[in-house]
Amino acid sequence: MLDVVVLFFLLGLLAGLARSELKLPTALYDSLSLVLLLAIGLKGGEGLARQSLLPLLPQLAAVIALGIVLTVIAFFVLRRRFALPDAASMAAHYGSVSVATFAVGVNWLNTRGIDFEPQLPIFLAVMEVPPIIVGIVLARGLKSGIDWKKLGHEAFFGKGVVLLLGGMAIGWLAGPDGLAPVKPLFYDLFKGALAIFLLEMGLIVARQAGVLRRQGAFLIVFGIAMPLFSSLLGGACGVLLGLSAGGTMLLTALAASASYIAVPATMRLAVPAANPALSLAAVLGVTFPFNILAGIPFYYWLAERFAGVTP
Amino acid sequence: MTTTEKRTMLTIVTESVIENMLLADLDRLGVRGYTVTDARGRGSRGVRDANWDEAANIRIEVICTRELAEALLAHLQKHYYANYAMVSCLHEVEVVRAEKF
Repeated sequence: MLDVVVLFFLLGLLAGLARSELKLPTALYDSLSLVLLLAIGLKGGEGLARQSLLPLLPQLAAVIALGIVLTVIAFFVLRRRFALPDAASMAAHYGSVSVATFAVGVNWLNTRGIDFEPQLPIFLAVMEVPPIIVGIVLARGLKSGIDWKKLGHEAFFGKGVVLLLGGMAIGWLAGPDGLAPVKPLFYDLFKGALAIFLLEMGLIVARQAGVLRRQGAFLIVFGIAMPLFSSLLGGACGVLLGLSAGGTMLLTALAASASYIAVPATMRLAVPAANPALSLAAVLGVTFPFNILAGIPFYYWLAERFAGVTP
Repeated sequence: MTTTEKRTMLTIVTESVIENMLLADLDRLGVRGYTVTDARGRGSRGVRDANWDEAANIRIEVICTRELAEALLAHLQKHYYANYAMVSCLHEVEVVRAEKF
């Protein structure tokens, strides 16, 4: 049985494909993503308050390396088919992560009462930007007047990172008691917010149908094969870090997910020759729906197998 | 009766993702003011929908001298036309307080 939030996604998808007039205000979409990012951050921060932070540093290095390796592998696969700018740009999308996929994963675990480690939201925050930098270097080379200062600013002060890490800091400082007054909004309404957010995602995904029809089979095959391959590396990484099955599943979902917000905007500026429609069609039209419909249950199954092999 | 003077208005319709970069260019090239609005429509690159960031469009309007407007247009053509969805045009307008433009 599909989670109820996924049914909202399917409703949006169907409405979009049927060219319904349904349209959500941009401000609502922005507000919902703000609530989701803060909720994920708060929850993580609350959990982190109960443990020491120093042992996390090597884990962060490991997940950043995971994102970079995935970007480079995706690049060499895509380069066989696409021009350099397109291959580099799309590789960055696939190396980076999707908050929406992560949120659906969190919801999947919550629904089933499965725990996961509180540091997973930090993984989400640190895995977003390094693949963008790798993608830009792949497309333009190391010494080509890249505005590193601006990229660095994006890395630490982009909207997603500020809300996630800011939420974690608030959760960490406030602790469970301090968070009690805001819980009704951020925790109790999480599912409802996610449901409406996914309704809009369905509408956005439906708009990719045209490009997919034109670009055909390669994008569809890549859009499914790449996350499956990434999930194996993600699962292995989760086991190396000693994560629980729930944590391994979320890391697997992060590895398998592809960015459709931070990366397209940055790549559009840094690698203008790349065609943004190609990447978005693959990421939104294929990989995102695949991940939330079939990927997440499969990644948990995989995580359980992986977790079983830990000594 | 109010006396007006002729100036040129440059209108640019393009992807909102390049807004900051474009406005920085305009400032550098000596533009003294501009107006930015959200826009949507349809063109050779498909429907541009202001409802979603990745496909959102903006319209930038600049009123300036003919000379500057032509220089701006040449700059756009050289640096943006190849890779971004962009339409721009010049039109003659009449303004009061010509010293502002």
